[in-house]
Amino acid sequence: MITLYDYELSVNCYKQRLLLGILGVPYRRQPIDFFPGRQHHSEAFRQINPFGHIPVIDDDGYILADAHAILVYLATRYDPSGQWYPVADPHLLGEVASWMLVAEGTTSTASAARLHDTLGYEFDIDALRAGAHRLFRRLDDHVWFHERQGRPWMASAAHPTIADLALFPDVMLSDQGGISLLDYPALRRWTDRVKRIPGFTVMAGIYPA
Amino acid sequence: MPDRSPSLPAAGKMRHDGGSMERCTDPVALAQWYPLAALDEIAAPTCHDTLLLGATVTVERTTAGVCSVADGSRPLPARTRYGYLWTSLGDPDHEVFEIPECDEPDRRVVNAGSITVATSAPRAVENFLDMGHFPYVHTGILGAEPRTEVLDYDVTTGADGVLATRCRFYQPQAAAMATGGQISEYVYRVPHPYCVMLYKSNPTDPARMDVIALLNQPLTEETVRAHNLLCLLDDVSTDAELRRFQQLIFGQDKTILENQWPRRLPLAPDAEMPVRADHSSVAYRRWLSALGVTYAVIPAGSTA
Repeated sequence: MITLYDYELSVNCYKQRLLLGILGVPYRRQPIDFFPGRQHHSEAFRQINPFGHIPVIDDDGYILADAHAILVYLATRYDPSGQWYPVADPHLLGEVASWMLVAEGTTSTASAARLHDTLGYEFDIDALRAGAHRLFRRLDDHVWFHERQGRPWMASAAHPTIADLALFPDVMLSDQGGISLLDYPALRRWTDRVKRIPGFTVMAGIYPA
Repeated sequence: MPDRSPSLPAAGKMRHDGGSMERCTDPVALAQWYPLAALDEIAAPTCHDTLLLGATVTVERTTAGVCSVADGSRPLPARTRYGYLWTSLGDPDHEVFEIPECDEPDRRVVNAGSITVATSAPRAVENFLDMGHFPYVHTGILGAEPRTEVLDYDVTTGADGVLATRCRFYQPQAAAMATGGQISEYVYRVPHPYCVMLYKSNPTDPARMDVIALLNQPLTEETVRAHNLLCLLDDVSTDAELRRFQQLIFGQDKTILENQWPRRLPLAPDAEMPVRADHSSVAYRRWLSALGVTYAVIPAGSTA
Protein backbone atom coordinates (compact mmCIF):
# COMPACT_ATOMS: atom_id res chain seq x y z
CA MET A 1 0.00 0.00 0.00
CA ILE A 2 1.08 3.61 -0.61
CA THR A 3 2.40 5.45 2.43
CA LEU A 4 2.01 9.22 2.36
CA TYR A 5 4.36 11.16 4.63
CA ASP A 6 1.84 13.73 5.56
CA TYR A 7 1.14 16.90 7.53
CA GLU A 8 -2.49 17.78 8.10
CA LEU A 9 -2.25 21.53 7.48
CA SER A 10 0.05 21.28 4.43
CA VAL A 11 -1.49 22.29 1.10
CA ASN A 12 1.04 20.15 -0.76
CA CYS A 13 0.16 17.04 1.25
CA TYR A 14 -3.54 17.77 0.76
CA LYS A 15 -3.03 17.79 -3.02
CA GLN A 16 -2.00 14.12 -2.77
CA ARG A 17 -4.92 13.21 -0.50
CA LEU A 18 -7.26 14.91 -2.97
CA LEU A 19 -6.01 12.92 -5.98
CA LEU A 20 -5.78 9.63 -4.10
CA GLY A 21 -9.35 10.12 -2.86
CA ILE A 22 -10.67 10.97 -6.32
CA LEU A 23 -8.90 7.96 -7.87
CA GLY A 24 -10.08 5.72 -5.01
CA VAL A 25 -6.56 4.50 -4.30
CA PRO A 26 -6.11 3.24 -0.72
CA TYR A 27 -3.17 4.70 1.20
CA ARG A 28 -1.79 5.03 4.68
CA ARG A 29 -0.94 8.39 6.26
CA GLN A 30 2.28 8.68 8.22
CA PRO A 31 1.98 11.93 10.19
CA ILE A 32 5.08 14.12 10.16
CA ASP A 33 5.30 16.72 12.92
CA PHE A 34 6.08 19.59 10.54
CA PHE A 35 4.97 22.20 13.08
CA PRO A 36 6.01 22.75 15.76
CA GLY A 37 8.29 19.68 15.78
CA ARG A 38 10.08 20.34 12.42
CA GLN A 39 10.35 16.58 12.06
CA HIS A 40 10.91 17.00 8.29
CA HIS A 41 14.34 18.44 9.15
CA SER A 42 15.25 15.49 11.38
CA GLU A 43 18.08 13.14 10.45
CA ALA A 44 15.63 10.23 10.31
CA PHE A 45 13.41 12.02 7.80
CA ARG A 46 16.37 13.12 5.69
CA GLN A 47 17.07 9.43 5.14
CA ILE A 48 13.74 9.37 3.31
CA ASN A 49 14.04 12.75 1.60
CA PRO A 50 17.48 14.40 1.72
CA PHE A 51 15.87 17.75 0.83
CA GLY A 52 13.86 17.57 4.04
CA HIS A 53 10.43 18.48 2.75
CA ILE A 54 7.02 16.89 2.53
CA PRO A 55 5.06 15.29 0.99
CA VAL A 56 6.86 12.07 0.15
CA ILE A 57 5.24 8.83 -0.97
CA ASP A 58 6.50 5.31 -0.61
CA ASP A 59 4.70 3.12 -3.14
CA ASP A 60 5.86 -0.40 -2.44
CA GLY A 61 9.49 0.73 -2.11
CA TYR A 62 9.34 3.42 -4.81
CA ILE A 63 10.01 6.69 -2.98
CA LEU A 64 9.13 10.01 -4.54
CA ALA A 65 9.17 13.55 -3.16
CA ASP A 66 7.80 16.88 -4.42
CA ALA A 67 4.09 17.56 -4.49
CA HIS A 68 3.65 18.09 -8.20
CA ALA A 69 5.95 15.23 -9.18
CA ILE A 70 3.91 12.90 -7.00
CA LEU A 71 0.69 14.05 -8.67
CA VAL A 72 2.22 13.21 -12.08
CA TYR A 73 3.27 9.78 -10.88
CA LEU A 74 0.00 8.89 -9.17
CA ALA A 75 -2.17 10.03 -12.06
CA THR A 76 -0.03 8.25 -14.64
CA ARG A 77 0.03 5.03 -12.69
CA TYR A 78 -3.43 4.85 -11.11
CA ASP A 79 -5.84 6.70 -13.41
CA PRO A 80 -7.04 4.24 -16.06
CA SER A 81 -9.08 6.98 -17.78
CA GLY A 82 -5.91 8.90 -18.63
CA GLN A 83 -7.76 12.17 -18.02
CA TRP A 84 -5.99 13.49 -14.95
CA TYR A 85 -2.56 13.48 -16.60
CA PRO A 86 -3.38 13.24 -20.32
CA VAL A 87 -0.20 11.70 -21.74
CA ALA A 88 -2.01 10.68 -24.93
CA ASP A 89 -2.80 14.29 -25.87
CA PRO A 90 0.43 16.31 -26.33
CA HIS A 91 -1.28 19.70 -26.55
CA LEU A 92 -3.30 19.12 -23.42
CA LEU A 93 -0.31 17.64 -21.60
CA GLY A 94 1.72 20.76 -22.38
CA GLU A 95 -1.00 22.93 -20.89
CA VAL A 96 -1.18 20.78 -17.77
CA ALA A 97 2.59 21.13 -17.31
CA SER A 98 2.29 24.87 -17.78
CA TRP A 99 -0.45 25.27 -15.15
CA MET A 100 1.48 23.03 -12.78
CA LEU A 101 4.27 25.61 -12.99
CA VAL A 102 1.78 28.35 -12.17
CA ALA A 103 0.81 26.25 -9.15
CA GLU A 104 4.44 26.34 -8.02
CA GLY A 105 3.99 30.10 -8.08
CA THR A 106 0.74 30.12 -6.09
CA THR A 107 2.27 27.77 -3.53
CA SER A 108 5.34 29.97 -3.07
CA THR A 109 3.23 33.15 -2.77
CA ALA A 110 -0.31 32.53 -1.48
CA SER A 111 0.50 29.45 0.59
CA ALA A 112 3.74 30.97 1.89
CA ALA A 113 1.68 33.98 3.04
CA ARG A 114 -0.53 31.53 4.92
CA LEU A 115 2.54 30.04 6.64
CA HIS A 116 3.53 33.57 7.66
CA ASP A 117 0.13 34.55 9.02
CA THR A 118 -0.78 31.23 10.63
CA LEU A 119 2.48 29.63 11.81
CA GLY A 120 4.62 32.75 12.06
CA TYR A 121 7.21 32.09 9.36
CA GLU A 122 9.40 35.12 8.70
CA PHE A 123 8.75 36.00 5.06
CA ASP A 124 8.32 39.28 3.19
CA ILE A 125 4.56 39.21 3.53
CA ASP A 126 3.82 42.26 1.37
CA ALA A 127 5.78 40.78 -1.56
CA LEU A 128 4.06 37.39 -1.14
CA ARG A 129 0.57 38.90 -1.14
CA ALA A 130 1.34 41.12 -4.14
CA GLY A 131 2.71 38.10 -6.03
CA ALA A 132 -0.36 36.03 -5.19
CA HIS A 133 -2.71 38.78 -6.38
CA ARG A 134 -0.87 39.01 -9.72
CA LEU A 135 -1.28 35.26 -10.28
CA PHE A 136 -4.89 35.21 -9.08
CA ARG A 137 -5.82 38.04 -11.48
CA ARG A 138 -4.33 36.03 -14.35
CA LEU A 139 -6.05 32.81 -13.20
CA ASP A 140 -9.40 34.56 -12.80
CA ASP A 141 -9.25 35.95 -16.35
CA HIS A 142 -8.22 32.56 -17.68
CA VAL A 143 -11.04 30.70 -15.98
CA TRP A 144 -13.56 33.31 -17.13
CA PHE A 145 -12.57 32.74 -20.76
CA HIS A 146 -12.64 28.98 -20.34
CA GLU A 147 -16.12 29.20 -18.82
CA ARG A 148 -17.29 31.06 -21.96
CA GLN A 149 -15.86 28.22 -24.04
CA GLY A 150 -17.64 25.56 -21.97
CA ARG A 151 -14.48 23.94 -20.58
CA PRO A 152 -14.26 25.55 -17.18
CA TRP A 153 -11.00 23.98 -15.97
CA MET A 154 -7.40 25.12 -16.10
CA ALA A 155 -6.36 23.06 -19.12
CA SER A 156 -8.47 23.20 -22.33
CA ALA A 157 -10.47 20.07 -21.63
CA ALA A 158 -14.04 19.29 -20.61
CA HIS A 159 -12.68 17.57 -17.51
CA PRO A 160 -10.33 18.56 -14.65
CA THR A 161 -6.67 17.55 -14.60
CA ILE A 162 -4.01 17.43 -11.90
CA ALA A 163 -3.33 21.10 -12.69
CA ASP A 164 -6.67 21.94 -11.05
CA LEU A 165 -5.77 19.90 -7.97
CA ALA A 166 -2.31 21.49 -7.78
CA LEU A 167 -3.86 24.99 -7.74
CA PHE A 168 -6.99 24.37 -5.67
CA PRO A 169 -5.60 24.31 -2.08
CA ASP A 170 -3.44 27.41 -2.62
CA VAL A 171 -6.47 29.33 -3.87
CA MET A 172 -8.98 27.90 -1.41
CA LEU A 173 -6.92 28.71 1.70
CA SER A 174 -5.50 32.03 0.48
CA ASP A 175 -7.73 33.95 2.90
CA GLN A 176 -5.58 32.51 5.71
CA GLY A 177 -2.67 34.46 4.22
CA GLY A 178 -4.64 37.69 4.01
CA ILE A 179 -5.45 37.26 0.29
CA SER A 180 -9.20 37.62 -0.23
CA LEU A 181 -10.95 35.99 -3.20
CA LEU A 182 -13.53 38.77 -3.22
CA ASP A 183 -12.22 40.24 -6.48
CA TYR A 184 -11.89 36.87 -8.25
CA PRO A 185 -15.44 35.64 -8.93
CA ALA A 186 -14.48 33.21 -11.72
CA LEU A 187 -11.86 31.66 -9.46
CA ARG A 188 -14.46 31.25 -6.72
CA ARG A 189 -16.84 29.50 -9.14
CA TRP A 190 -13.96 27.22 -10.17
CA THR A 191 -13.28 26.27 -6.50
CA ASP A 192 -16.97 25.26 -6.21
CA ARG A 193 -16.58 23.05 -9.29
CA VAL A 194 -13.50 21.36 -7.83
CA LYS A 195 -15.47 20.66 -4.64
CA ARG A 196 -18.09 18.83 -6.70
CA ILE A 197 -15.63 16.41 -8.33
CA PRO A 198 -16.71 12.87 -7.28
CA GLY A 199 -14.41 11.61 -4.52
CA PHE A 200 -13.47 15.14 -3.38
CA THR A 201 -12.13 15.20 0.19
CA VAL A 202 -11.70 18.11 2.60
CA MET A 203 -8.85 19.20 4.81
CA ALA A 204 -8.88 21.30 7.99
CA GLY A 205 -10.18 24.70 6.95
CA ILE A 206 -11.87 23.56 3.73
CA TYR A 207 -15.55 22.60 3.78
CA PRO A 208 -17.63 20.67 1.23
CA ALA A 209 -19.60 22.57 -1.43
CA MET B 1 24.17 34.75 16.19
CA PRO B 2 21.02 33.80 18.05
CA ASP B 3 18.56 31.67 16.13
CA ARG B 4 15.51 33.58 14.95
CA SER B 5 12.67 31.22 15.59
CA PRO B 6 10.16 30.94 12.76
CA SER B 7 7.37 30.45 15.27
CA LEU B 8 6.96 34.05 16.36
CA PRO B 9 5.08 36.45 14.10
CA ALA B 10 6.96 39.56 13.03
CA ALA B 11 5.58 42.55 14.88
CA GLY B 12 3.22 44.78 12.96
CA LYS B 13 2.88 42.57 9.89
CA MET B 14 -0.08 40.50 10.92
CA ARG B 15 -3.16 40.58 8.82
CA HIS B 16 -5.50 43.11 10.29
CA ASP B 17 -8.95 44.28 9.31
CA GLY B 18 -9.90 46.70 12.06
CA GLY B 19 -9.91 47.35 15.76
CA SER B 20 -7.12 49.03 17.63
CA MET B 21 -3.51 48.09 16.88
CA GLU B 22 -2.45 50.52 19.60
CA ARG B 23 -0.96 49.38 22.86
CA CYS B 24 -3.58 48.14 25.26
CA THR B 25 -4.66 50.57 27.99
CA ASP B 26 -7.24 48.30 29.63
CA PRO B 27 -5.98 47.83 33.23
CA VAL B 28 -7.77 44.48 33.58
CA ALA B 29 -6.14 43.03 30.47
CA LEU B 30 -2.73 44.49 31.36
CA ALA B 31 -2.73 42.81 34.79
CA GLN B 32 -3.06 39.25 33.39
CA TRP B 33 -0.37 36.67 32.66
CA TYR B 34 0.07 35.70 29.01
CA PRO B 35 1.88 32.86 27.26
CA LEU B 36 4.44 34.07 24.71
CA ALA B 37 6.01 30.86 23.41
CA ALA B 38 6.42 27.17 24.03
CA LEU B 39 9.78 26.63 25.70
CA ASP B 40 10.57 23.95 23.10
CA GLU B 41 10.25 26.65 20.45
CA ILE B 42 12.75 29.03 21.99
CA ALA B 43 15.94 27.03 21.92
CA ALA B 44 18.72 28.81 23.81
CA PRO B 45 20.34 31.12 22.98
CA THR B 46 17.60 33.14 21.33
CA CYS B 47 16.38 36.70 21.16
CA HIS B 48 13.34 37.84 19.23
CA ASP B 49 10.34 40.12 19.29
CA THR B 50 6.71 39.16 19.57
CA LEU B 51 3.48 41.07 20.05
CA LEU B 52 1.37 41.17 23.19
CA LEU B 53 -1.68 43.43 23.55
CA GLY B 54 -0.36 45.64 20.76
CA ALA B 55 3.07 46.06 22.38
CA THR B 56 6.30 44.68 20.92
CA VAL B 57 8.02 42.66 23.63
CA THR B 58 11.43 41.02 23.44
CA VAL B 59 11.98 37.42 24.49
CA GLU B 60 15.50 36.36 25.39
CA ARG B 61 16.85 33.00 26.46
CA THR B 62 20.44 32.62 27.57
CA THR B 63 22.72 29.69 26.79
CA ALA B 64 21.98 28.51 30.33
CA GLY B 65 18.29 28.39 29.41
CA VAL B 66 17.14 31.35 31.50
CA CYS B 67 14.23 33.27 29.94
CA SER B 68 13.62 36.98 30.27
CA VAL B 69 11.09 39.34 28.71
CA ALA B 70 11.34 43.09 28.19
CA ASP B 71 9.10 45.89 26.97
CA GLY B 72 11.73 48.11 25.40
CA SER B 73 14.15 48.81 28.24
CA ARG B 74 11.60 47.83 30.92
CA PRO B 75 12.05 44.29 32.24
CA LEU B 76 8.81 42.33 32.54
CA PRO B 77 8.04 39.50 34.94
CA ALA B 78 8.61 36.02 33.50
CA ARG B 79 7.32 32.61 34.52
CA THR B 80 7.72 29.16 32.99
CA ARG B 81 4.61 27.03 33.47
CA TYR B 82 3.19 24.06 31.58
CA GLY B 83 5.98 24.22 29.00
CA TYR B 84 5.38 27.87 28.09
CA LEU B 85 6.99 31.22 28.86
CA TRP B 86 4.53 33.65 30.47
CA THR B 87 4.73 37.37 31.09
CA SER B 88 2.61 40.34 32.06
CA LEU B 89 2.66 43.96 30.95
CA GLY B 90 1.14 45.01 34.28
CA ASP B 91 1.52 44.05 37.90
CA PRO B 92 -0.61 40.96 38.48
CA ASP B 93 -1.81 40.29 42.03
CA HIS B 94 -1.95 36.55 41.31
CA GLU B 95 0.19 33.83 39.74
CA VAL B 96 -0.45 31.98 36.46
CA PHE B 97 -3.65 29.97 36.98
CA GLU B 98 -3.21 26.42 38.18
CA ILE B 99 -3.45 23.33 35.98
CA PRO B 100 -2.59 20.68 38.60
CA GLU B 101 -2.96 17.83 36.08
CA CYS B 102 0.22 19.02 34.33
CA ASP B 103 2.18 17.83 37.38
CA GLU B 104 0.80 14.27 37.27
CA PRO B 105 3.73 12.08 36.25
CA ASP B 106 1.85 9.74 33.91
CA ARG B 107 0.44 12.50 31.72
CA ARG B 108 1.69 13.62 28.33
CA VAL B 109 2.15 17.39 28.45
CA VAL B 110 2.59 18.49 24.85
CA ASN B 111 2.48 21.84 23.08
CA ALA B 112 0.35 20.98 20.05
CA GLY B 113 1.31 24.19 18.28
CA SER B 114 1.00 27.96 18.44
CA ILE B 115 -1.32 29.09 15.66
CA THR B 116 -2.25 32.65 14.77
CA VAL B 117 -5.88 33.40 13.97
CA ALA B 118 -7.36 36.61 12.60
CA THR B 119 -9.89 37.06 15.37
CA SER B 120 -10.04 38.32 18.94
CA ALA B 121 -8.99 36.14 21.86
CA PRO B 122 -12.53 36.15 23.33
CA ARG B 123 -13.98 34.83 20.05
CA ALA B 124 -11.49 31.95 20.26
CA VAL B 125 -12.48 31.27 23.88
CA GLU B 126 -16.18 31.34 23.04
CA ASN B 127 -15.74 28.93 20.14
CA PHE B 128 -13.81 26.57 22.40
CA LEU B 129 -16.75 26.58 24.85
CA ASP B 130 -19.32 25.77 22.18
CA MET B 131 -20.43 22.16 21.72
CA GLY B 132 -23.15 23.04 19.21
CA HIS B 133 -20.70 23.30 16.33
CA PHE B 134 -19.13 19.83 16.80
CA PRO B 135 -21.22 17.90 14.23
CA TYR B 136 -20.99 20.64 11.60
CA VAL B 137 -17.38 21.83 11.89
CA HIS B 138 -15.68 18.69 13.24
CA THR B 139 -17.85 16.26 11.27
CA GLY B 140 -17.13 12.61 11.96
CA ILE B 141 -14.64 13.46 14.72
CA LEU B 142 -16.10 15.48 17.60
CA GLY B 143 -19.68 15.08 16.38
CA ALA B 144 -21.89 13.69 13.63
CA GLU B 145 -25.37 14.25 12.31
CA PRO B 146 -28.07 13.45 13.32
CA ARG B 147 -26.84 13.52 16.94
CA THR B 148 -26.61 17.29 17.09
CA GLU B 149 -28.51 18.17 20.27
CA VAL B 150 -26.61 19.92 23.08
CA LEU B 151 -28.08 18.50 26.29
CA ASP B 152 -28.62 20.75 29.29
CA TYR B 153 -25.55 21.48 31.39
CA ASP B 154 -24.74 23.55 34.48
CA VAL B 155 -22.82 26.82 34.57
CA THR B 156 -21.48 28.68 37.57
CA THR B 157 -19.46 31.89 37.75
CA GLY B 158 -17.23 32.67 40.70
CA ALA B 159 -14.02 34.42 41.66
CA ASP B 160 -12.09 31.77 39.69
CA GLY B 161 -14.02 32.38 36.49
CA VAL B 162 -16.65 30.39 34.65
CA LEU B 163 -17.22 26.66 35.12
CA ALA B 164 -19.53 24.55 32.93
CA THR B 165 -20.21 21.03 34.18
CA ARG B 166 -22.29 17.99 33.22
CA CYS B 167 -21.65 18.62 29.52
CA ARG B 168 -22.15 15.58 27.30
CA PHE B 169 -21.83 14.98 23.60
CA TYR B 170 -21.70 11.96 21.29
CA GLN B 171 -18.33 11.83 19.51
CA PRO B 172 -17.33 9.44 16.71
CA GLN B 173 -13.61 10.02 17.41
CA ALA B 174 -13.11 11.83 20.69
CA ALA B 175 -9.29 11.71 20.73
CA ALA B 176 -6.27 10.69 18.65
CA MET B 177 -6.24 7.25 20.29
CA ALA B 178 -10.02 6.64 20.18
CA THR B 179 -11.05 3.56 18.23
CA GLY B 180 -14.82 4.09 18.25
CA GLY B 181 -17.59 6.49 19.24
CA GLN B 182 -18.35 7.49 22.82
CA ILE B 183 -20.53 9.84 24.82
CA SER B 184 -17.86 12.29 25.95
CA GLU B 185 -18.32 14.11 29.23
CA TYR B 186 -16.84 17.57 29.41
CA VAL B 187 -16.10 20.17 32.04
CA TYR B 188 -15.17 23.61 30.75
CA ARG B 189 -13.26 26.15 32.78
CA VAL B 190 -12.48 29.79 31.97
CA PRO B 191 -9.86 30.77 34.57
CA HIS B 192 -8.57 33.85 32.69
CA PRO B 193 -10.34 36.47 30.55
CA TYR B 194 -8.60 35.15 27.42
CA CYS B 195 -7.70 31.52 28.25
CA VAL B 196 -9.95 28.47 28.41
CA MET B 197 -9.55 24.80 29.18
CA LEU B 198 -11.57 21.64 29.12
CA TYR B 199 -11.62 18.35 30.97
CA LYS B 200 -12.88 15.51 28.87
CA SER B 201 -13.50 11.80 29.44
CA ASN B 202 -10.54 9.71 28.43
CA PRO B 203 -11.18 6.88 25.95
CA THR B 204 -9.40 4.31 28.15
CA ASP B 205 -9.58 5.42 31.80
CA PRO B 206 -13.14 6.28 32.93
CA ALA B 207 -11.92 7.58 36.29
CA ARG B 208 -9.74 10.38 34.93
CA MET B 209 -10.06 13.11 32.35
CA ASP B 210 -7.88 14.48 29.58
CA VAL B 211 -7.09 18.18 29.80
CA ILE B 212 -6.81 20.51 26.80
CA ALA B 213 -6.13 24.22 27.17
CA LEU B 214 -6.32 27.07 24.68
CA LEU B 215 -3.79 29.57 26.03
CA ASN B 216 -4.29 32.77 24.09
CA GLN B 217 -1.71 35.45 23.44
CA PRO B 218 -3.69 38.46 22.13
CA LEU B 219 -1.34 40.04 19.57
CA THR B 220 -3.77 42.89 18.93
CA GLU B 221 -7.46 43.32 19.62
CA GLU B 222 -8.31 41.32 16.51
CA THR B 223 -5.43 38.86 16.11
CA VAL B 224 -4.61 36.11 18.54
CA ARG B 225 -1.89 33.51 18.80
CA ALA B 226 -3.44 30.39 20.28
CA HIS B 227 -1.08 28.07 22.15
CA ASN B 228 -2.65 24.60 22.21
CA LEU B 229 -1.70 22.70 25.36
CA LEU B 230 -2.42 18.99 25.67
CA CYS B 231 -2.24 17.19 29.01
CA LEU B 232 -3.38 13.70 28.15
CA LEU B 233 -3.53 10.14 29.38
CA ASP B 234 -2.26 8.45 26.25
CA ASP B 235 0.74 6.15 26.15
CA VAL B 236 -0.06 4.93 22.63
CA SER B 237 0.06 7.94 20.30
CA THR B 238 3.26 9.63 19.16
CA ASP B 239 3.68 13.39 19.62
CA ALA B 240 3.19 13.69 15.85
CA GLU B 241 -0.17 11.90 16.12
CA LEU B 242 -1.33 13.98 19.11
CA ARG B 243 -0.39 17.19 17.33
CA ARG B 244 -1.98 16.05 14.07
CA PHE B 245 -5.30 15.44 15.82
CA GLN B 246 -5.32 18.77 17.68
CA GLN B 247 -4.20 20.77 14.65
CA LEU B 248 -6.87 19.10 12.51
CA ILE B 249 -9.50 20.23 15.02
CA PHE B 250 -8.06 23.71 15.45
CA GLY B 251 -7.51 24.09 11.69
CA GLN B 252 -11.23 23.44 11.20
CA ASP B 253 -12.11 26.05 13.85
CA LYS B 254 -9.75 28.63 12.36
CA THR B 255 -11.75 29.09 9.14
CA ILE B 256 -14.98 29.47 11.15
CA LEU B 257 -13.39 31.95 13.57
CA GLU B 258 -11.97 34.09 10.77
CA ASN B 259 -15.42 34.42 9.25
CA GLN B 260 -17.10 35.67 12.44
CA TRP B 261 -17.94 39.36 12.47
CA PRO B 262 -17.29 41.60 14.31
CA ARG B 263 -13.97 40.12 15.33
CA ARG B 264 -14.15 41.64 18.79
CA LEU B 265 -16.66 39.95 21.08
CA PRO B 266 -19.78 42.06 21.71
CA LEU B 267 -20.71 42.05 25.39
CA ALA B 268 -24.10 43.76 25.18
CA PRO B 269 -26.72 41.15 26.10
CA ASP B 270 -28.76 41.92 22.97
CA ALA B 271 -25.81 42.09 20.55
CA GLU B 272 -26.07 38.50 19.33
CA MET B 273 -28.93 36.05 19.76
CA PRO B 274 -27.97 33.20 22.11
CA VAL B 275 -29.79 29.88 22.23
CA ARG B 276 -30.05 27.62 25.26
CA ALA B 277 -26.91 25.69 24.24
CA ASP B 278 -24.96 28.95 24.56
CA HIS B 279 -25.41 29.09 28.33
CA SER B 280 -21.63 28.99 28.96
CA SER B 281 -21.00 31.68 26.36
CA VAL B 282 -23.58 33.96 27.97
CA ALA B 283 -21.90 33.42 31.35
CA TYR B 284 -18.47 34.14 29.82
CA ARG B 285 -19.65 37.41 28.28
CA ARG B 286 -21.25 38.46 31.56
CA TRP B 287 -18.07 37.61 33.44
CA LEU B 288 -15.96 39.75 31.07
CA SER B 289 -18.42 42.61 31.61
CA ALA B 290 -18.31 42.18 35.39
CA LEU B 291 -14.49 42.21 35.34
CA GLY B 292 -14.62 45.41 33.31
CA VAL B 293 -12.65 44.01 30.37
CA THR B 294 -12.62 46.44 27.43
CA TYR B 295 -9.75 45.04 25.28
CA ALA B 296 -10.67 42.76 22.34
CA VAL B 297 -14.37 43.11 23.13
CA ILE B 298 -17.13 45.58 22.26
CA PRO B 299 -18.29 46.60 25.74
CA ALA B 300 -21.99 46.90 26.43
CA GLY B 301 -23.19 50.44 25.79
CA SER B 302 -20.26 51.15 23.45
CA THR B 303 -21.00 52.52 19.99
CA ALA B 304 -17.96 50.80 18.41
